[in-house]
Amino acid sequence: MSRTVAVVERILSANDQMALENRSELDAAGVLAVNLMASPGAGKTSLIMATVEALRDEFRIAGVDGDLATSIDADRIAALGVPAVQINTGGACHLDAVMLRGALPQLPLAELDLLLVENVGNLICPSGFRLGVHRNVLVASVPEGDDKPYKYPGMYQGVDSMLLNKMDVLDAFDFDIDYFRRGVEILNPGLAFFPLSCKTGEGLEAWLSWLRDEASAFRAAGGAGYEIR
Amino acid sequence: MHELAITQSVLEIALRHADGAGRITRLNLVVGDLSSVVDDSVSFYWDIVSQGTIAEGATLHFERIRTRFRCNECESDFEPDGRVFECPQCGGQSIQLVAGREFRLESIEVE
Repeated sequence: MSRTVAVVERILSANDQMALENRSELDAAGVLAVNLMASPGAGKTSLIMATVEALRDEFRIAGVDGDLATSIDADRIAALGVPAVQINTGGACHLDAVMLRGALPQLPLAELDLLLVENVGNLICPSGFRLGVHRNVLVASVPEGDDKPYKYPGMYQGVDSMLLNKMDVLDAFDFDIDYFRRGVEILNPGLAFFPLSCKTGEGLEAWLSWLRDEASAFRAAGGAGYEIR
Repeated sequence: MHELAITQSVLEIALRHADGAGRITRLNLVVGDLSSVVDDSVSFYWDIVSQGTIAEGATLHFERIRTRFRCNECESDFEPDGRVFECPQCGGQSIQLVAGREFRLESIEVE
């Protein structure tokens, strides 16, 4: 005799639960965690390096780098003299809360203010897996083209701020900034937007200022009281 | 390339809800187009991960949910055409995502 059992459970509920644990641990340690997502080659590692160099006297910073294989990214960040942990996903296309859970014990959380998490380069899967970080940031870049908000709405909708990197090569590409921004604005009204170039440093200050403001708000709220949008 | 882990989660949730049944014969999944889940890959892994469990041989049924926006101005629903996001009814530029991110196990059939 066949019968139907109602379930109605999110498949990723186990991941969500783990994300809550990550969040609690980061809150308790007073570490603001920011997840950087982007397509491969958009400049995530370059952005982290530029951010570390600019803010290292103000905040104690560390990095977590997700990649399919190799420790190239974490090595680049560690070379700056800050703690860096490489997560090799072994073929998986995104970081999830379990992977971040495994990386946290390898970091001196009590001695940190800011954790920059570099997700696997991919505009699709990372947007579906919560990590338990406080802010999600998208690093777009000019050579990818201006149609990406329209092709990957899930990614553009779920972030708290967005950078457009490689502005120094804008003239070499047919990149219509108005078209790009229109798509972003409809998906995510009022989203903080920072056109910049990690290579020349142009525009970087506005991003750093946003990060400083988030860090101050996080500190003022005492971690757990900090609002997640 | 994350369907193996996802399929294992599907199995764990189904087994937890099996409610003392001898066999699970069907799983009804709801999958949004923005959820980055490929039905065929899940089905492929399903045969492997379900082996030796009471869910072995169960049919996976996928209900796909298309991405749907709602215009905040005229409140009509529409599916994005992949080129522009403006509301096709009124040209409104304020929209919200109302469907497309779903990924859940709705129910199972057991005997």
